[in-house]
Amino acid sequence: MVDIQADSKVKVHVENMNFYYGPVQALFDINLDIPEKKVTALIGPSGCGKSTFLRTLNRMNDIIDGTRIEGKVMIDDKDIYDPMTDVVELRKKVGMIFQKSNPFPKSIFDNIAYGPRIHGVKDKNKLMDIVESCLIKSALWDEVKDRLEKNAMGLSGGQQQRLCIARALAINPDVVLMDEPASALDPKSTLKIEDLINELKKDYTIIIVTHNMQQAGRVSDHTAFFYEGRLIEFGATEQIFTKPNQKQTEDYITGRFG
Amino acid sequence: MLHYWQREIENLKKLILSLGAIVEEQIQRSMLALERRDSELADEVISKDREVDSLEILIEEECLKILALYQPVAKELRFVVAVLKMNNDLERMGDLASNIAKRARYLSRKERIEIIEEFGIVADKVQAMVKKSLDALVNTDVNLAREVLAADDEVDRLTKQMLKRTISFIEKDPERTKDYFSIRSISKNLERIADSATNIAEDVVYLCSGEIIRHQSEDFNPEDATEGR
Repeated sequence: MVDIQADSKVKVHVENMNFYYGPVQALFDINLDIPEKKVTALIGPSGCGKSTFLRTLNRMNDIIDGTRIEGKVMIDDKDIYDPMTDVVELRKKVGMIFQKSNPFPKSIFDNIAYGPRIHGVKDKNKLMDIVESCLIKSALWDEVKDRLEKNAMGLSGGQQQRLCIARALAINPDVVLMDEPASALDPKSTLKIEDLINELKKDYTIIIVTHNMQQAGRVSDHTAFFYEGRLIEFGATEQIFTKPNQKQTEDYITGRFG
Repeated sequence: MLHYWQREIENLKKLILSLGAIVEEQIQRSMLALERRDSELADEVISKDREVDSLEILIEEECLKILALYQPVAKELRFVVAVLKMNNDLERMGDLASNIAKRARYLSRKERIEIIEEFGIVADKVQAMVKKSLDALVNTDVNLAREVLAADDEVDRLTKQMLKRTISFIEKDPERTKDYFSIRSISKNLERIADSATNIAEDVVYLCSGEIIRHQSEDFNPEDATEGR
């Protein structure tokens, strides 16, 4: 089994975390170290808390009324729930990609330039450099370089999702959260996204929620299995998929429940 | 550009070929140790077998990983399955080479025995089969694989001939019966190496065509079959 500590530096450290939607507890005593510049997959049946967990990592749950969190979430040794934390800065550092691609109804260029602009980048050439490098990183450049001024809504679903990835990269995050980024895409677009994830992990820490077990196997280095709000098992994906330690993990990945 | 799992498959191919290269060398050096009565060389072959064993385990783990994580299909599935089987065969060939080295070490301490020179032809044939079976894998060459299958009959024939020769030597020189048993053992080990090379060639045919040709060699080449009888 891969020793996660020795394998790479810890980027996200979660300690004794409990999370509540009003009176309902959604996450129970989560302890997890997510390694830097690796892909970590979060798997588990619907309602197991994996998406809730993902959203605690850039405080996206803050926008839901009545939520409450206990415990610690440290990114680069800083507690992101510290009252001094600047949430805007946090979300700049921890980008997010959603299940359904959600480009702004603007041009391809403006979609990617949006983030850098609100963070104060005004220089046209500089913006162009950012747009180009992000589109190259998200493997979309060759397909759109001649129509950057066209509306992003005219792109295909797979292209839109890669545009959203480019947009997330434009504000130069360290961590990219992905909530089922390929579940609405056809196999070919899915493959592109998966190849892309594999490229991106050279520069970013990627945490991906997926319902598709095969996808978790294909793209991730480490896998965390959640069940009923608890982290049941965390380990190298190879180990989880060939010899899981917990019976619940085994039952889930072999398709007996979930 | 290769997709990420295709890189894993390329890597697996490199691993199985490096195992093949080590085993090929082990066989060659074990026969050299026998011919030159070189017990040091024999010891080297014997201790290097550990390297073969650990590489075999690594390859098996890689295959399991690829099957579990990427669920390969079609040609890629056949490749992983073929590698899994070849891996066993190559490890077995490594053991057989190590057995030959042990016999060579024993015989190097005894007075020179004439019959050793007669191993030349069969040893060459077996090594050629091993080489061809690996080349067939590298180039996914069905025709080359089929040549290996055909050569196995010849090795069987030569092994039988060698047995007869060994018996006649024992009859002439019963004092050295124990030494001739070592000769017989070497001969048998060579024949088994050829059998393993044949298995690899069969796996290459499966890999290329999806056709499983084991246990049907007589249907597949009737000429060879009648000749052997």
